[in-house]
Amino acid sequence: MATATPAPKLNRIGLPVLDYRGGKSTLCAGCGHNAISERIIDAMFEMGVEPERVIKMSGIGCSSKSPAYFMSRSHAFNAVHGRMAAVATGAVLANHTLTAIGVSGDGDTASIGMGGFVHMLRRNVPMIYIIEDNGVYGLTKGQFSATADLGSKLKTGVINDLPAIDTCALAIQLGATFVGRSFSGDKKQLLAMLKAAIAHKGTVMLDVISPCVTFNDHEGSTKSYKFMQENDEPINEVGFVPSFQEIEVDYSSGEILDVQMHDGSSLRLRKLLDDYDPTNKANAVRTLMEAHEKNEVLTGVFYINTGQPTFIDLLNVVDEPLATLPESVTRPPKSALDALMANLR
Amino acid sequence: MATGDLALGQEQGTISTRQRVVNDFSINLATVNGSGSQSANSVLLKAIFGMGVPVSGKNLFPSNIAGLPTWFLIRASKDGYVARKRDTEILVSLNAETARQDVMALPVGGVAIYEEQLNLKQYRDDVFFYPVPFDKITASICSEVKLRKLVKNMVYVGVVAQILAIDLGVVEHSLKTQFAKKQKVFDLNFGAVKAGFDYAAANFVKQDPYFIEPMNETTGKIIIDGNAACAMGAVFAGVTVVAWYPITPSTSVVEATSDLLKKLRVTPDGKASFAVVQAEDELAAIGMVLGAGWAGARSMTATSGPGISLMAEFSGLGYFVEAPGVIYDVQRAGPSTGMPTRTQQADVLSIAFLSHGDTKHVILFPGSVKECFDFGSDAFDLAERLQTPVFVLTDLDLGMNNWMSDPFEYPAKPLDRGKVLTAADLDRLGGFARYRDVDGDAIGWRTLPGTPHPKAAYFTRGSGHNDAAGYTEKPEEYTAIMDRLARKFDTARNLVPGPITVANGTSMIGFLAYGTTDFALRESLDQIQKEHGLAVDYMRIRAFPFTREIHDFVASHERVYIVEQNRDAQLASLLKLDLPAAQTTKLRSILHYNGLPIDARSITEEFAAKEGL
Repeated sequence: MATATPAPKLNRIGLPVLDYRGGKSTLCAGCGHNAISERIIDAMFEMGVEPERVIKMSGIGCSSKSPAYFMSRSHAFNAVHGRMAAVATGAVLANHTLTAIGVSGDGDTASIGMGGFVHMLRRNVPMIYIIEDNGVYGLTKGQFSATADLGSKLKTGVINDLPAIDTCALAIQLGATFVGRSFSGDKKQLLAMLKAAIAHKGTVMLDVISPCVTFNDHEGSTKSYKFMQENDEPINEVGFVPSFQEIEVDYSSGEILDVQMHDGSSLRLRKLLDDYDPTNKANAVRTLMEAHEKNEVLTGVFYINTGQPTFIDLLNVVDEPLATLPESVTRPPKSALDALMANLR
Repeated sequence: MATGDLALGQEQGTISTRQRVVNDFSINLATVNGSGSQSANSVLLKAIFGMGVPVSGKNLFPSNIAGLPTWFLIRASKDGYVARKRDTEILVSLNAETARQDVMALPVGGVAIYEEQLNLKQYRDDVFFYPVPFDKITASICSEVKLRKLVKNMVYVGVVAQILAIDLGVVEHSLKTQFAKKQKVFDLNFGAVKAGFDYAAANFVKQDPYFIEPMNETTGKIIIDGNAACAMGAVFAGVTVVAWYPITPSTSVVEATSDLLKKLRVTPDGKASFAVVQAEDELAAIGMVLGAGWAGARSMTATSGPGISLMAEFSGLGYFVEAPGVIYDVQRAGPSTGMPTRTQQADVLSIAFLSHGDTKHVILFPGSVKECFDFGSDAFDLAERLQTPVFVLTDLDLGMNNWMSDPFEYPAKPLDRGKVLTAADLDRLGGFARYRDVDGDAIGWRTLPGTPHPKAAYFTRGSGHNDAAGYTEKPEEYTAIMDRLARKFDTARNLVPGPITVANGTSMIGFLAYGTTDFALRESLDQIQKEHGLAVDYMRIRAFPFTREIHDFVASHERVYIVEQNRDAQLASLLKLDLPAAQTTKLRSILHYNGLPIDARSITEEFAAKEGL
């Protein structure tokens, strides 16, 4: 008789990690995006999020395919190029009780999707917006994107002579309330940031450097594994304690900023950079700008504000999802029409 | 009266009963935009309505905020014709810039009421002149210089009322409704109306033959513009998510929707059972609409031509992923920026196939303000039943002008939210395939995000997919979806509002039209009957895809005239694609596309010329 396989580890809502998995990835072996999908699975599993309460949104590109590779039990909408922000906004308006996670790329966001992206930030739409940032267009075989750094080199030897758009600086300036950068190869940091993102109410904008092994992982690229390993400068060590776990004092030294999240969990940021205050917008943007001048890639939580009303708060929408309100609520009574008609006579 | 000088005081005496033109003429109010003439025009329109006389108003305004010429046409018609009349008999001229052109456009024997300084008598002598010192009168009753520009407009209301014999009490009532709860504003404005009324009484002897006499044709009727009617339709269809980008002439659809939602859809605890978002552009607007529709909300946007162009890619996504949404297009004159404040029906073809690839869309064509309201419920029901974007095509003429109508009736049917599986359904079925045709109507079942069942989720994608919503590039899986979508469009044929048979006798000539062309065509058919002794048939189309009756109508006539307001015979082209080849040679077009609403006389003349009558 075969020995019984050990029961799989279950999370706090009784689901095994298998229930958070998606389809088999069709992305290149070693693609940073696959690692990000893994971290999303881990974060959702560890946070005990019901998969049916999640919507996965994306645009077009390698990055935007990835929602097919995690959480098959969640509804997904792979829309048109550069328009995920708008589609996600609509879906969130229809049902704000769901957790929306959007996956985009640097082309999908910072070029074709810039208009929708910045306005989503401005509105503080409650959702997690992840940019899987590799600096190139993968599906069309390796053109520069708008996040490619000045002076970085394509495989073909072409040098980028335009400045990069820093999506984090932009997001901080324009109204996102949780902004960070991570690296697909930094499991610990990315996982902690994703867990905190799930706990946050408002727009979470995470720019995750995610090397393209096929088109942008060579010498001269600033989005390669090697470059990130050498130039990744975390500004803080990100720790996250969910509401359902007791806080253990596991930081021995350094200054810790404890940010209380809406759901009672706690984001613990240990300062690595002198005087860095992630609640100060102007300082955050200045720090990012200065890092560009020094060719450093800062990672960590750059900005957090848990006090800002979300778009749903601003619209003062009812607690129930608008999508499923009954006719008795959404269709005004006959007396209302009669009154309108009387006024038009 | 071809040559005589008919200026006032030259000929005395009363107008014989035979000469009197009662309740059958148009007034052209020529002013400068931004001068506040809109309220005065509206008061005059409603006063004629208050006299029980069928009336319609058309605002011909520039794409400008202040300082350019604007004309407001009021038509009184005892026969109930509400289309634009090609000629206007009465001119109220307050705009020096267009005064000459306006007075020259009057027919012989017409009437010119004008600011006396414009000295219109210098241009011709075969119309009746009523010079009015508007500025002097206004100054005498309004001490505040700032307000004079506005008050002056009310003076002409009084003058016109006196000359046309409109009851001053009715004008007073109309003014009261306009300025409900603003007693001071009412007093000032009514003072101006009275001053004009009294001035005309004291200084003019009525010479012209035009009169408004009381009728009983407006009792129980309402006056409303099409955009406000669309807004009401959407609100009573239970819309919950509205995303839009401002664009003339559709802006007031959403503004009115928003006002109604704030009034009717706030819960007792002060929360909104709706969300209205002014988006960053039309791309985002329709993106939000489809995102919301996909997640289960009744969502809409309103736009016009340029916005439709921007919505093209998303419209294809909506069609292919089968997400509902309602798009109101208040058409204006294109192409490109075109003439934003002029009307046309020229988005028909582009919307029918909006987006790349094999795409077809359901379109509704409301032909009255009442249908603007009724089609609200139809559009949202169809969008959810058919799981596809539904376009409601009105135009500037219908949308921004005031129309008389029977009161709107409360929707008789409950909302049709379409095929949606619940968690209990999934328990029973053990799962589902999103795009599988299980009922034979080519419409799959969907689940809404958040449905608490492990098998509820599916992956929505604009890329090739199979009936289980999985990614595919397999030829047979892809074509199966495309073929089912084509069959679904056939299902739509049986669900959209059918045509209205206005006249179907024994004539071998038939007419087809849609939207606002109906108003002019009905009048034209009366002219054709009266002037040419022909009783022709007429069917009004109300939706695309075309229903069986439309094919039958073409089949049963020798010649079919399609009247529409665009250059390229867009609906005729669409119909040609749909009809058997042998039938297509029957189609003839009468087209009008100069930006002004179509008029009956132009149709009658072109028809007569084409028929050799």
